[in-house]
Amino acid sequence: MPNDKPRVARPPQEPTMTLELTINGSAKTLQVNPGEVALDTLRRAGYASVKRGCDEGDCGSCSILVDGRLMRACLLYAGQLHGRTVTTVEDLGTARDPHPIQRSFVEAGAVQCGYCTPGMILATHALLTEHPDPSEDQIREGLDGNLCRCTGYVKILDGVRLAGKSLRDGGDQ
Amino acid sequence: MSDAKLWNVVGTPVEKVDAAALAAGAPLFTDDELPRDLLFAAMKWSPHAHARITAIDTSAAEAMAGVHVVLTHQNVCRIMRTTAGQGHPEPSPYDFTTFDSKVRYVGDRVAAVAAETQALARAACEAIVVEYEVLEPVLDIRQAMADGAPVIHDEQDAHMPIVAPYEPKRNLAAHVNVAVGDPAAALDKAAVRITSEYECHYAQHCPIEPHIVVAAVDGYGRLIIRTSTQVPFHVRRIVATACEIPVRDIRVIKPRIGGGFGVKQEVLIEDVVSLLALRSGRPVKIEYTRAEEFISSRTRHPAVVSMDLGFADDGTVDGMTMRVLLNTGAYGSHALTVGCNCGSKVLPLYKCDNVGFLLDSVYTNLPVGGAYRGYGATQAAFGMECAMDEAAVAMNLDPLELRRINHIGPGDSSPIFKALGEGTEGVEQSIGSCGMSACLAQGAAAMDWHAKRERLDEGRFRRGVGMCALMQGSSIPEVDLGAASIKLNEDGSFNLLMGATDLGTGSDTVMAQIAAEVLGVSLDKILVLSSDTDVTPFDVGAYASSTTYLSGMAAKKAAAGARRQILEVAARMTSTPIEKLSIEDSRILGGSKPLTLSDVALNSLYAEHQHQIQSVASHVTEKSPPPFSAHFAEVEVDLATGMVRVLKYVAAVDCGTAINPQLAEGQVEGAVLNGISFAMTEEYLFSKLGKMRNPTFKHYKIFSTRDLPELVTILVPTYEPTGPYGAKSVSEIGINGPLPALGNAIFHATGARLHTSPFTPERVLAALK
Repeated sequence: MPNDKPRVARPPQEPTMTLELTINGSAKTLQVNPGEVALDTLRRAGYASVKRGCDEGDCGSCSILVDGRLMRACLLYAGQLHGRTVTTVEDLGTARDPHPIQRSFVEAGAVQCGYCTPGMILATHALLTEHPDPSEDQIREGLDGNLCRCTGYVKILDGVRLAGKSLRDGGDQ
Repeated sequence: MSDAKLWNVVGTPVEKVDAAALAAGAPLFTDDELPRDLLFAAMKWSPHAHARITAIDTSAAEAMAGVHVVLTHQNVCRIMRTTAGQGHPEPSPYDFTTFDSKVRYVGDRVAAVAAETQALARAACEAIVVEYEVLEPVLDIRQAMADGAPVIHDEQDAHMPIVAPYEPKRNLAAHVNVAVGDPAAALDKAAVRITSEYECHYAQHCPIEPHIVVAAVDGYGRLIIRTSTQVPFHVRRIVATACEIPVRDIRVIKPRIGGGFGVKQEVLIEDVVSLLALRSGRPVKIEYTRAEEFISSRTRHPAVVSMDLGFADDGTVDGMTMRVLLNTGAYGSHALTVGCNCGSKVLPLYKCDNVGFLLDSVYTNLPVGGAYRGYGATQAAFGMECAMDEAAVAMNLDPLELRRINHIGPGDSSPIFKALGEGTEGVEQSIGSCGMSACLAQGAAAMDWHAKRERLDEGRFRRGVGMCALMQGSSIPEVDLGAASIKLNEDGSFNLLMGATDLGTGSDTVMAQIAAEVLGVSLDKILVLSSDTDVTPFDVGAYASSTTYLSGMAAKKAAAGARRQILEVAARMTSTPIEKLSIEDSRILGGSKPLTLSDVALNSLYAEHQHQIQSVASHVTEKSPPPFSAHFAEVEVDLATGMVRVLKYVAAVDCGTAINPQLAEGQVEGAVLNGISFAMTEEYLFSKLGKMRNPTFKHYKIFSTRDLPELVTILVPTYEPTGPYGAKSVSEIGINGPLPALGNAIFHATGARLHTSPFTPERVLAALK
């Protein structure tokens, strides 16, 4: 196919910042641009579970744990992760060796399209760490920042309850 | 017949086949697997609702280092078509071209850029200088066809590809006028007559994954499109037209997609990113922002639905007319078919010989309508089911009883089935399965309907209950085609290749369950691959509530073909008559020696009469059997503020056999909550010049966990003889109930009738006065 115009080679803006952090238990050194948002950095680094849904902190699809606290990667600059410990859903388990929360979501039928699921699972992780036996109000509060358009949340809440029970009973981990 | 014990895999809540991988965050979506040397696309949008482009200067953008291609109407061929992802020829007006010299809504396309980074592509869009001649916009649906109204599609080449009324000079995108019997006479002599108008609003689907497409030209010169779509085969055909390349040079792959709900039944941006890839020679990605998803994607067509219902003294309905004024926005995508569905998926619910239906779908300079779960039935059910509630009040009847007296049942037909189809005449059919009576009874019991109807509150907070009855369809009869192929592997597993598109609904799982049931194997033996136009058979795609009912039958037939071939080989291997053989748990039973499916596969692939056991099948339906549903809502209204709290919501649904009850419930729950959210809070706010002012989740409120009322889902089993293992559709019907059920509940609580949605505190307060 003919090109519109002569190709002017111009590489993307050169990364100018070195970011050192721990992601999912591994020490990482990443080159980033100042002003880059953590969501873009993490996706570029291959953490596909960190999803883009709104870029404005409204949907929770890009939820990550930063030093164990639930945060939205789209509201953080990459630089804010320097020296931090980041956890994404990839760290919890795999399809064949799932974490009890992942297992519970699957069993409860909480996964439809699956796009919000990693964020929901991390929100559940944060909730159950703080409240191992959460009340209904605490469950709803804990997941309120994560939007799902497929499930009507009924089976997601079932999944959270099941996960809580599973972890209280010893889980696998 | 519906005894679930007859089946091993069908009718059981097996785990969704992709759920574990999705829960692990595996890289399964379009954006998770990007080619090297990727360019990023951005688009420049119209700031005006209605304007002519008098000049475009792209030189500054093109001069920017790292910008590869700039597309405008000046360098892209004009090919009139539609973006509606429908069968060929699409029953939507050809009023759209990739780029036009006129813009018709705020957010219409002006230009596209491919550049080395996303930021650069956006900056280049900013650098494009456009001069406009601003025209008077049409922003009021009721004024669209007024004498002297500005003509939105004044181009000479807009046309309708099928035979159907189309008058763009009057801003008329579609028109239907059908009548059976004599509705006017029936209404004139009715003992009780209700005339009432209901208006429902703009809304967006809000898939959490916005539209995203990656297009690349491969080493053979073919265009490979990975896209978040519900209609991969329609994408291939429509992109071929738009880009003037043969269908054979395009491969469309649908990975996992992050929700669709109809908005991805649109061939929305595949054309642009394909042209950018073809011209740059580099892979190109385009990804909508959330604001673009709201403004420049597709919406639910707003509608004004005017009902005229006539009843005899005994409460039976004698005459009905429905007039629909549908706002299709700037382009006529689905303008005819969504309009037709307003009548065809709502009017047949009640037995009546005198029925009229009138549709005007009009252009305005507002966001573009499209397919949205419910597809017209949502808008029309608001009018019909609230008018039925008004009738019950007028006749001093329990609204439940009024439905019970009038609803269609097994063996009944409706003249509307024949009179009104998808833009053309419909197909006559009589009802096979109908669980409406049970839905009404079980739903009422779960709501404690009779007790709650009696309650009368005093004071500031008033509680009330309302209900409605619903139907939908299952695929488009004599139009939709689904196909499947299946082959046996050495270990007794099967590859099931489906054209059908799993948009997160779980259709891959449902198809696997059906095939596993036929083949006598467990679910893990069926490996499903769907929606790759180079690999899988054809399917129209995921729309019209067709996948389980239609594509499921294709899977069933294909599996039956493979089963027959397996038994032929087994009969030869065991010297046993084929009639004596069956398959259970991957073993061949009834033969003279034990055999497994693996033995059969190894024999056929390596030993005797060598061949691949493989089968392909297609399915088209003659019927579109409706699922039925009854919804019951309980609300509490604050008379001081107009704030409505939804306390409890019950949806009883007859979807025939639920192939997977857990997935079926999930479809109902998701649809119902989307419907409640639509009825209560979701709303497009426009500036005086037609610009949507609230394109974020902060200002366009979709329900979250805190807002969730008590939701009760009841699956009422019936057996649809024409569906796979008795199944009908389930995914769309649930969204149609909340508008009327909540509106009727607010009326019961307060005596205020809401004729305009959504039911925000302002509207409720206004209605209370």
